[in-house]
Amino acid sequence: MLDASDSYVTEDGRTIGAVVMEMKNITLRFGGVVAIKDISFDIREGEIRAIIGPNGAGKSSMLNVISGFYNPQEGQVFYKGKQRPQMRPYQVARQGIARTFQNIALFEGMTVLDNIMTGRLHHTKANIWQQAFWKGKAEAEEVANREVVEKIIDFLEIQSIRKTPVGRLPYGLKKRVELARALAAEPSILLLDEPMAGMNVEEKEDMSRFILDVNDEFGTTIALIEHDMGVVMDLSDRVVVMDYGQKIGDGTPDEVRNNQAVIDAYLGVAHD
Amino acid sequence: MFYREAGDFKTSYREDNQTFPIKFDRYRYYSVMFAAFAVVPFLINDYWVNAIFLPFLIYSIAAIGLNILTGYCGQVSLGTGGFMAVGAYGCYKLMTAFPEVSILIHVILAGGVTGMVCVLFGLPSLRIKGFYLAVATLAAQFFLVWLFNRVPWFYNYSASGQINAPERTIFGIAVTGPNTQAWATYLFCLVIVTVCALVARNLTRGMQGRQWMAIRDMDIAAEIIGVNPLKAKISAFAVSGFFVGIAGALLFAVYLGAAEAGDSFGITKSFLVLFMIIIGGLGSIFGSFAGAAFLVLLPVFLKNVLVGWLGWPTDMAAHLEFIIVGALIVIFLIAEPHGLAQLWRVAKEKLRLWPFPH
Amino acid sequence: MPDQLIFGMEVFLNGLMAGVLYALVALGFVLIYKASGIFNYAQGVMALFSALTLVGIMEGQIPFAHLINAIFGTELHHFGWHVPGILAIVLTMAVMVLLAICVQKFVFRHLVGQEPIILFMATIGLAYFLEGVGDLMWGSEIKKLDVGLPQGINLAIDETTFGWFGYGFFIDNLDIVATIIAALLVAVLVIFAQYTKQGRAMRAVADDHQAALSVGVSLNFIWVMVWSVAGFVALVAGIMWGTKSGVQFSLSLIALKALPVLMLGGFTSIPGAIVGGLIIGVGEKLFEFAIGPLVGGATENWFAYVLALIFLVFRPQGLFGEKIIERV
Repeated sequence: MLDASDSYVTEDGRTIGAVVMEMKNITLRFGGVVAIKDISFDIREGEIRAIIGPNGAGKSSMLNVISGFYNPQEGQVFYKGKQRPQMRPYQVARQGIARTFQNIALFEGMTVLDNIMTGRLHHTKANIWQQAFWKGKAEAEEVANREVVEKIIDFLEIQSIRKTPVGRLPYGLKKRVELARALAAEPSILLLDEPMAGMNVEEKEDMSRFILDVNDEFGTTIALIEHDMGVVMDLSDRVVVMDYGQKIGDGTPDEVRNNQAVIDAYLGVAHD
Repeated sequence: MFYREAGDFKTSYREDNQTFPIKFDRYRYYSVMFAAFAVVPFLINDYWVNAIFLPFLIYSIAAIGLNILTGYCGQVSLGTGGFMAVGAYGCYKLMTAFPEVSILIHVILAGGVTGMVCVLFGLPSLRIKGFYLAVATLAAQFFLVWLFNRVPWFYNYSASGQINAPERTIFGIAVTGPNTQAWATYLFCLVIVTVCALVARNLTRGMQGRQWMAIRDMDIAAEIIGVNPLKAKISAFAVSGFFVGIAGALLFAVYLGAAEAGDSFGITKSFLVLFMIIIGGLGSIFGSFAGAAFLVLLPVFLKNVLVGWLGWPTDMAAHLEFIIVGALIVIFLIAEPHGLAQLWRVAKEKLRLWPFPH
Repeated sequence: MPDQLIFGMEVFLNGLMAGVLYALVALGFVLIYKASGIFNYAQGVMALFSALTLVGIMEGQIPFAHLINAIFGTELHHFGWHVPGILAIVLTMAVMVLLAICVQKFVFRHLVGQEPIILFMATIGLAYFLEGVGDLMWGSEIKKLDVGLPQGINLAIDETTFGWFGYGFFIDNLDIVATIIAALLVAVLVIFAQYTKQGRAMRAVADDHQAALSVGVSLNFIWVMVWSVAGFVALVAGIMWGTKSGVQFSLSLIALKALPVLMLGGFTSIPGAIVGGLIIGVGEKLFEFAIGPLVGGATENWFAYVLALIFLVFRPQGLFGEKIIERV
């Protein structure tokens, strides 16, 4: 077993660092419904961590807890070694946690460029007066932000749609723009909620490549939810398996694949 | 053919961030500014200023203000009339309390006060959304008008309950009161409009504008990617209130000269400004101008044609105006929710290709 | 018993009756909102329009007489007949149904699936349009409306209360009739929405119009029906208010009275509209009675709004609305 502060090198040569986020005994209820029941797991720096499970297992709720949208009734979240107090989602984002959404949540009335630029919010310090007169920090930051954003646009190969209103884009491109917006924040943890839902094989391959590249080039820690087992097993370093709000497995893809509880949950088990 | 953007390449992000990135637009903008500042003042008389130019300029500011709140930040307000009243009464109190201070300062301060009042009534927007909020802003409308009608301190205990703008000058030239010259009031308003429009443009093209639009398009997602909804909404209310307050102050001090809260700043005024931005274009500074121009010109046009030319009674022209405005609102909402501004963009698109079909 | 308390009781009763009328107007809103997601700002103008039409038909006015005269130089005014009240009401109802069909066909069919706030703004446009048409059609001068409802002080109540307290309550017969009719109408509408086939279809449409479509509910029919019902409610409200204070522009402002009722009661709740109406009716009359004189009077203009606003800050879904759970 590894300690929280240990690091190791994977087979493909990436360095996985210390634990950056730890969920401890999280329980989340909506009225009488228990969405998450006493779940603990951790995310290490630089790794790709997947959360899988059948429909309604509580995966999305888990992601919402991490991004601060839901506050769990019990349990603690530790981020970079410190316990995180109850926070509004925008404060969590400010700490360096960016995410994408299962049902695309782009700002439909804005252009692709503006959407991605919104991701740079925390890297903008100009106050409203400077912005009003477009002087001082305002203009310099706008240009600096634009440079970062253009790099991401190049990286995700969406140069040609830069100034297109998002509403006009097809589904696959929207997903990519959403990823770009999250990346623009230069997050320390990137949460991806079903990044490949509704995509065809080709689009899935593209997206997988982008996820791996992001992890590889920027060293971004990634936590993702995905239904496609093949993709998950190929991409991720470690996998958490959830079922009915409980954790039934946790480990490397190989360990999880051979876990009896996981097999039961996915294939069903004969009740006799 | 007539409208080119090809060949107009940018070599820096700064150039791409300009207000008018396309050369043709930029030159047109310069020529409009030149005409407005250097040609129009020599040509206009009292009729033109009072019937068209002053209301157009003043309502443009109000429309810009409401457009920031409604068009950019997505918070529909039906309290514009009440907020304009705050600007007007604020300006009046300041003018009478500190006669030695420049009217320009008074107008700006009146805007500031309105901004604060607007924030106060905007606070519920954190809890309530959509038309719940729209209806809630009616509370501001009714309460404020009532306040200015019923509390004598606001109208300096005058017997008529009206407020009257005393004469104030800038560089020794009267801009308020009975002895003003057409060109002076026009230029005074024009300068303020120009500054307001530039500030609004700067705010909406930068990070502040993106936060507002993010809240408008999807508030939950905006919060999750890091927009503080409190700050974004409150700043929109404050900035919007600032512009609307300035418009109210100018409407009272420069244009009307005398005002009474219920008559001059009733709920019809709220709707008028709302209609301006719907027809002009939600989320567009240019649209605010277009909508203001349209709704200022329409009654003048109808009156001239129906009453002056066809000899119809005045009240019928007024009824017809209601019908036309109402129908236009519905038509614009159905056919072109982005208003005249979008029609203008489409026309530009066509001009660029003309005379070739593709 | 102290005088203040007795006056207060009188005010309370009057407030209660005003509240029933508010509830009636609010109900018109709730019905349309539930069935189509449209928040119909034009409800008040519909009341004005229906009252104008009713008077016009009863008096035998020629529609658009002014316009025709202006264009053709004629001198038309009246057909020269008088239509009895009941028949005129039926004819007016027919006009309101026609209006419902037009509104559905020319406006809202083209706006299906738009955001609620866009629909709301469209109804503001509709309100302006309808107001202009009403004035152009029937003339904009103040008209008297008399369909035979009793008016004047109710002597029985006056005498009874005089016997009890030594002070006779002033309660208008018209208010009593209005209250009874409004209460009946509220009951009928609730039964209609809850227990009839059309009512069920209406609620199904409100829940999910695509799902309703897929089980064979005709959306067009339901929406026209709902707008007709709203037209009917507007007509009743128009008759009450028109009889009371004449048919004039201010009639359309009853919509503004009903809005805070809706905020208080929740946009989707029929009991909410009723309870909210009563609370606001009583609340604003009592507030004006108790606090009004201290602050300059005419607090009825804003009291309901401020009350609703403060209430909403603490309970955004209204009294009976469902709690909103936000999802991503």
